[in-house]
Amino acid sequence: MSDAPNQNKGPIARFLAAPPDSVGKTVFIAVSLCLVASMIVSAVSVALRPLQEQNKLKDKQANVLQVAGLFEPGMDVLEGFSVFEPQVVELETGTFTDAFDAATFDDRAAATDPELSVRLSNDPAGIGRQTKFATVYLLRNDDGSLDKVILPIHGYGLWSTLYGFIALEENGNDIFGLQFYDHGETPGLGAEVDNPRWKTLWGGKKLADEDGSLQITVAKSVPPAGADYHVDALAGATLTSVGVDNLVRFWMGEAGFGPFLENLKAGEI
Amino acid sequence: MAQTKRDLLVDPLVDNNPITLQVLGICSALAVTSSLQVAFVMALAVTAVTGFSSMFISVLRNQIPGSIRIIVQMVIIASLVIIVDQVLKAYAYDVSKTLSVFVGLIITNCIVMGRAEAFAMKNPPIDSFIDGVGNGLGYGALLLVVGFIRELFGAGSLFGVTILPTVNNGGWYVPNGMLLLPPSAFFIIGLLIWAVRAWKPEQVEEREYKIQVVEGH
Repeated sequence: MSDAPNQNKGPIARFLAAPPDSVGKTVFIAVSLCLVASMIVSAVSVALRPLQEQNKLKDKQANVLQVAGLFEPGMDVLEGFSVFEPQVVELETGTFTDAFDAATFDDRAAATDPELSVRLSNDPAGIGRQTKFATVYLLRNDDGSLDKVILPIHGYGLWSTLYGFIALEENGNDIFGLQFYDHGETPGLGAEVDNPRWKTLWGGKKLADEDGSLQITVAKSVPPAGADYHVDALAGATLTSVGVDNLVRFWMGEAGFGPFLENLKAGEI
Repeated sequence: MAQTKRDLLVDPLVDNNPITLQVLGICSALAVTSSLQVAFVMALAVTAVTGFSSMFISVLRNQIPGSIRIIVQMVIIASLVIIVDQVLKAYAYDVSKTLSVFVGLIITNCIVMGRAEAFAMKNPPIDSFIDGVGNGLGYGALLLVVGFIRELFGAGSLFGVTILPTVNNGGWYVPNGMLLLPPSAFFIIGLLIWAVRAWKPEQVEEREYKIQVVEGH
């Protein structure tokens, strides 16, 4: 330490030499560090967002392929995805609409748009607002007849909203598969909705019985309607299982894709 | 105690391993070691965070006010963790989905804080960086050993490649399902600590109390 008076130094040097514990310096360090850190973090976040969005889109498309049983490891997702015919469905009437471009329509964004969504008073799936329009993916046979439909579903589990797809056969009643692509359930318990063995349980189940009433359920024991309508609940994840049960029944019911499935059964799609 | 840069890097691998000697950072070691790939990415992430956070904290060490030093360290560590998380989401999306919250939880990993407070606040930036990287690697080495055991015997594979064909897939190996659950990592880490201390007895702590035989009873 030199004894030279402070006047001989510039303002920066004087500041650096000041004792770190002075009030002014404490406040200055706290504020400037927070400013610098938040600028760096937001810059990184903004710079990487396009890549992350692309990853999310790819992941979603890969999940549509998986739920339709068309996914192979290492395949070109974008190319494989082109076999699907996306369509926007108006949920209330259950018919296709041309009001939106199906390739770019964003269901999730629509669900928060007051123009395109309704607040639910009866909300078993715990989603708050429901979109009036949803993107479905049609898979056609070579002769143009319908093979499968893939419908988006979502609802609240234990911690998080689960987003997924359900694939139905052309009769609109037989389940081909079910898959979630985005959720935050407990790893090892609720996150077992991703377990391949559990997912295979869905194949071949039916939504509604011959009378047309919705019977599908996720439960510990087989319901009176029979094993065709029952998917075994996840062990150790009661609330996630209840959530999946609620969301599947909600989206397959009247308030969800019910009218669309009616039209499908009537052969109008 | 003069340490060369090589010592700073190599010491934490076995002689001063943050997990086996200091028993820090156990909780994330339980969560991310069920497969080698995840353990590997986690090891890299923690190494990057400890290295760079120690370096930046060391650069600022003479200016950080003592009264808010822990918060200052936390801000630096948390910013780095968010950056690592964002980079993983952009370039390793599948792994980041598996790691989910555990990347964010690096912030609370005692090893990062421990090196910042114990080393970086008192040493120059380059030494601090090497020390941080060394400790991250020490943590990572243990993750990989635990991950190796858990994935090989729990799922019959390594890095997702089948080594022991399991019964479910038509092979002969009956996998030990418990190894895929977090508690198994406790047993493995415990056995590893035992093994390391048997190999290097100087790591054994002195007893804090002894049972004494009192005469006259």
